[in-house]
Order: sequence, then structure tokens, then C-alpha cells
Amino acid sequence: MIRVPRFTPLQRALHWIMAVCILTMLFIGVHMVSSINPKYLTLITIHKTLGIVILVLALIRLAVRLRSGAPPLPLDLPEPMKLAAHLSHYALYALMIGLPLIGWAMLSSAGYPIVLWGGIWLPPIAPQSDGLHTVLWQAHVWLALLFYAVILMHVAAALFHALVRRDGVFEAMGPELNHRAEATSPAHQPAE
Amino acid sequence: METPLPEPLRPPLRSALGSLVLIAAVVAFGAAAFAYTAAWLSPQKLTPDRLVEALAPPSGPALGHRRNHAKGICFTGVFEANGAGSELSTAQVFAKGEYPVVGRFNLGTPDPDAADASVRVRGIGVMITTPDGEEWRTAMINPPIFAVSTPQGFYDLLEASASKDPDAMGAFVQAHPEFAAFGGWAKDGPWTGSYAEERYNGLNAFVFTDSAGDRRAVRWSIIPAAEPVPVSPEELAKRGPNFLEEEIAERIKQGPLRWTMAVTVANPGDPTADPTKAWPDDRRKIEVGTLTVQAIIPEPDGPCRDVNYDPTVLPNGMATSDDPFPAARSSAYRVSFDRRAAEAKDYPRTAPGASL
Repeated sequence: MIRVPRFTPLQRALHWIMAVCILTMLFIGVHMVSSINPKYLTLITIHKTLGIVILVLALIRLAVRLRSGAPPLPLDLPEPMKLAAHLSHYALYALMIGLPLIGWAMLSSAGYPIVLWGGIWLPPIAPQSDGLHTVLWQAHVWLALLFYAVILMHVAAALFHALVRRDGVFEAMGPELNHRAEATSPAHQPAE
Repeated sequence: METPLPEPLRPPLRSALGSLVLIAAVVAFGAAAFAYTAAWLSPQKLTPDRLVEALAPPSGPALGHRRNHAKGICFTGVFEANGAGSELSTAQVFAKGEYPVVGRFNLGTPDPDAADASVRVRGIGVMITTPDGEEWRTAMINPPIFAVSTPQGFYDLLEASASKDPDAMGAFVQAHPEFAAFGGWAKDGPWTGSYAEERYNGLNAFVFTDSAGDRRAVRWSIIPAAEPVPVSPEELAKRGPNFLEEEIAERIKQGPLRWTMAVTVANPGDPTADPTKAWPDDRRKIEVGTLTVQAIIPEPDGPCRDVNYDPTVLPNGMATSDDPFPAARSSAYRVSFDRRAAEAKDYPRTAPGASL
């Protein structure tokens, strides 16, 4: 019997809670900006509140990741896939932390109050400025679309590991699948 | 928790192919669901972008300017609350006291160079800040009722007005009988020669929450201290193209300009979701304070220039109601703001370095 190294239970919990939050966030985001219905106001309030929740969770998750690390990737994983795995993880962390901050700064630079669910008012984190607002607004839109594209690639890669390579990478974060997986240990190497 | 794994086994080729097809299907479904949610697949849906684009004249929008109510002039002043509003709402702005205001008199036109006498609807944007850090933004206009019942109706009105088809407006009025009241005001309602003589009406219904948690539907207006003097539109047309801005800048030299803010409380069953329907005159009215305009500042360097008078920026103790307009206005004003901020170089600022 060979055991696949997995992320810690805390890391797995954070991953799946945030997966739900982030997908909800992105779908609300593209929907609300195309909506003029009264639900627009509800959606934008959820969007701002969830953004702050994601920011806090992402910072906790980054700290946990720095402390607990990640399970090693399989030794026989081709180099381009290893590189893609590492780069996509950097991108995901940068977007999880960056997008809420950019959104918060974007609202600040437009002089809007930032009001969360429950009537919580946040202070501005950027000066009011047309030029700054434009940069942040464009960044918020395009990075959000990029985020969704990276998530789709992340899902595709996870399923590739689960269904095609069956190398234990999916199981490191996902549920334990009942199919027969390829032995990978001791052929794993440290991820970082 | 660690997973026990059996002996190594590569999946057979056919199963791998099937898996790749499955993965591609998952990604394609994810992309399609996203595009659907974003309305990229629904070219007929009324989006804030389409609403804002419909405001533009055939020659295109005035870059760098608000997409509607594009012509205006800034003011600063105070809102002096008399304390009576605290009965209706916990917002600090109703607690007895003076709170600073940044506002804007404006004309309901997408053309920042429109002649003042050519524009029927006059408006005021008001932003009041309170020491607790909260804000109340409201944008009011001088007609007593709104033109249409729904945001879609407003879009239809814009389309009909812009149409080259001579029957378009007729067809619109047939389809929107609620337009008759506004049409009557536009045709026969009084004109004045001053922003200071106008009564401005919020028209949309909002919900105030008092300290006991009771919620009441309200609308608000500001009533001028200056006596309105009716002037015929023919007479106004003889004045200069900017007579309203010139008049208000002159008038302020004689002293501050004042309006009384009155909040009207709906009775149960009064229509809150339709700003074309006025509430009966006998509804309870509470005077909550006085808006005092102390200084007039041209817009190019004025403090109102970069303010989005989004009517959904409300302090705690005020909220939107089932009136569909504040949400639609908020979404459209946001698009207008995003666009004009990005076009700041096209806006004729007077002071170099006035913006970043």
C-alpha cells in the first residue's frame, strides 16, 4: 500500500469554501454589471461583502500555505506541467488577494462609500482620482475574466490528474476517488 | 488523512480519450454558463451599457461628460436638520445639526452645450456627509411626477424620441399611457428663470427605518424659499444660452439660497413602485430641514465634477424600496461615471493639473 500525500484538512476546507465563494463572486460580478433590476443592488452588496470575505480567507490561506506547504508533485510529471502547476498557483493566490483589493481601491478612487451587508462602512484605501479609477476599473474587469479563465484551466488540470494521469494530485485536494490510481510515492518531489 | 493506493495502472487509451472529452465538455459548459450569466448571449437584454448608449444623441456622446444631465454647475452649502426627521429614520443626517453639502444644479440633457431655455427638465444633485462618515446622495428633478413607470419604459422613450419614424412617439404614448401626466406638465407646466425658484422632487420612493425598527415608505422634495416667477419659454429663449448659470452666480451674491426639505410618508397601499403616480396631497408631510446653498462654483474645477449622484448611496436608516428606478439609475450612473472618468482628457478642465 502506498499513500498519497494530501493537503492538510484546514487547507482542503479553505480550498473548497473559497472555491464556492469565488465562483459565486465571479458569476455575480458579470451578472450584476449587465443588470438594471432592483436585484442589482442586492448583488452588488453581496459582491462587496463576499469580496472582503474572500480577501480575509485568502490571507489566512496564504499564511497556512507558507506554514504547511503543499504535497509534492509526482516525480514523473513532465516539466511543462510542473511549471504550469506552479505558475497557476501563484496566479490564483495573486488574484484571490489582488482582485478584492483592486475592487475596494476602485470604489475608493471613484469617491463611492464602500458599504457592506449589514450596513458596515469601510474606509477608502485610495484617493479619489479619474486616472486611478480608470486603471483600477479596467484591471478589475480584465483580471476577473482572467481569473475565471485560470479557474477553468485549474479545473481541467485537476480532472486531467484525476481521470487521465490518476497520479494522486487530484486526491491531494479533492475527495478520495475509488478508482485505482497510479502509485506515485516515493516518486513525488517537493512542490516548492 | 492519507489515501491508500493500489498497484500502478495506466488507464487504457479509450478511457483516456473519453476522459479528455469529458474534461473539454466541463470547461465548455463552464465557459457557456459564464457567458450566459454575463448576458453576452442576450443582445436584447436591457443592460446599463445599452441604457446609457441610448441617451447619446445621433452624433455620439459628449466625451468626458455625464451621459445625461450633462450641463451643470456646482455649489457648496449645508443641510441644516431640524431634528424632525429622526422620528422617521435613524440616519444621522436627520439629527438636529448642520452637515456639509456638495451639490450640482443641472439640466436634463446629454448635451453639455445645450441652450438653457431648450431643456425642459431641471435638476439638482445633493451629497450630504455626516460626522459618522456616512453619506446621503440624492438627485431630484423639477417635474412633479416621472415620465414613465419602468426603466424599460424610459429606454423605450429614448428610442422613440431618437427615432426618425414620425409615428414613433405616437406609438410610444399609446403603449405608455402613464406618460400623459408628464407630457401635460412638459407642455403646460410653468417655466422659471432661475434654478433658485424651482421645486425639486425625488420622485422615487425609499424606505426609512426609525429607532424602533419601523419601516415607512417615503418620497422627498425640496421647496424653494424664493418665490417662483413664471416666465414663458419664448421669453427664456431670448436670454443667453447659459442664463441659468449666470443668473444663479449673480443671485448668490445677494445671499445664500434656501430650500425646505419635506418628506412625504406613504399611507399603506400607496404606490411605491411607480414614480408616475403621485401620492394624494393629504399624506403626512414632515419638514426635516433646510438646504442652504452658499457658493456657486463652475463645474470644470468644481467639487461636484467628480461626484456620481447615485441615488442608492444612502446612510443607514434609509434604504431603497420596490421602486425599480433607483437600482436602474445606480447601474446607469455607474456606467456613465466609468466612461467619463476614462475620458477625462476630453473634459475641458480649466486648471492644469486639476486631475491626476
